Amino acid sequence: MADTMQFDLVSPERRLASLPVTAVMIPGAEGDMTAMANHAPTITTLRPGVLRVESPEGTSEYLVTGGFAEIGADGLSVLAEKAIPMDQMTRAHLDELIEEARTTYKTVQETDQPHGLVEDAAKLLADMEALGTHMSL
Amino acid sequence: MPSLKDLKIRIESVKSTRKITKAMQMVAAAKLRRAQEAAEDARPYAERFNAVMAGLAASVGGSDSAPKLLAGTGNDQVHLLVVMTAERGLCGGFNSNIAKLARVKAQELVAAGKTVKILTVGKKGRDALKRDLGDHFVGHVDLSEVKRVGYANAQDIAKDVLARFDGGEFDVATIFYAKFVNVVTQVPTAQQVIPASFEAAEDGAASGTADYDYEPGEEAILADLLPRGVATQIFAALLENGASEQGARMSAMDNATRNAGDMIDKLTIEFNRSRQAVITNELIEIISGAEAL
Repeated sequence: MADTMQFDLVSPERRLASLPVTAVMIPGAEGDMTAMANHAPTITTLRPGVLRVESPEGTSEYLVTGGFAEIGADGLSVLAEKAIPMDQMTRAHLDELIEEARTTYKTVQETDQPHGLVEDAAKLLADMEALGTHMSL
Repeated sequence: MPSLKDLKIRIESVKSTRKITKAMQMVAAAKLRRAQEAAEDARPYAERFNAVMAGLAASVGGSDSAPKLLAGTGNDQVHLLVVMTAERGLCGGFNSNIAKLARVKAQELVAAGKTVKILTVGKKGRDALKRDLGDHFVGHVDLSEVKRVGYANAQDIAKDVLARFDGGEFDVATIFYAKFVNVVTQVPTAQQVIPASFEAAEDGAASGTADYDYEPGEEAILADLLPRGVATQIFAALLENGASEQGARMSAMDNATRNAGDMIDKLTIEFNRSRQAVITNELIEIISGAEAL
């Protein structure tokens, strides 16, 4: 049996999960990565995607919309802005998220803000839409 | 001297007031428990977040290219005060304490020649500050329709504040709220959110952050996280405020209930005395009438 590490998934409002896991697949901003026990300490930001958690008890999946993951010596914490368990995910949820991303995109486009906000919003929108296809909803 | 009937009516009215305050106290107690739970649930996120930010800020903060949200705009001419209060009254000194702290701070800043802008969250603070500082208001966030404060509310406020910051409307932002200590004590607190200041984690977690790999770079992460940090701090403040409000209301209503009880006792004594006086009077009249015969 593989080594396990402590995994915490917290959203601003509450702690969603806290359990020992064998591996976690993280949708990192620069590409997916899988963290297992004794991973090098890393901090990465998240893009909207699916977080897959493999624990001795089984596999669970969460949809995360952004935030960051911290892999440390004592385990892995994912601080997600919004996290929804996949089995509670519905098309309506996703539509809502896509709509939100679209509005953000529109407003930043109109106000023409600096620091590449437009690109960010465009990417967010694309990510959200890709997510829908990925989940085949 | 009020008549017996007047006294009776007053006693009844104070009794019904006591019933109301008692009910409000119990409602506040139930809400307080929920608010405290919400504040507790939010703690892990805020703690983790601050630990990571403290580490990041320590390693990037020194450089010239540090983001404006962390390093500041270079001057502190324009201050934005975000005053967070409750939407309802009847909670003792809760709203006025926060408003007072904000007012003192605002007057200090004005006296020092700074420009003050005020963003109010919650109706009561707005009402309290309107007379003295109404000219400084730049906006208001209404949470009266919100039953349970969520992260989305904090995000909306943060977005508003950040948009103003990006627009160059202010240099320093401070939030005002009441920290919940216990049911009888809530401490009005001022906390600077922009430029961000992070307390180093106490458990020495910051010392370990130096060896982290960052993906993307440290600065990119910091730039991504700082706006979230503002929202997180505002959210934490909103939750503290929620618990404080209910705690303050609970103790205020407890006091009111007790005062009403005292008043009922006093009025009852007065009622009995005047009743006796009336009886004595009537007896005297009867006796002197009989003697006259």
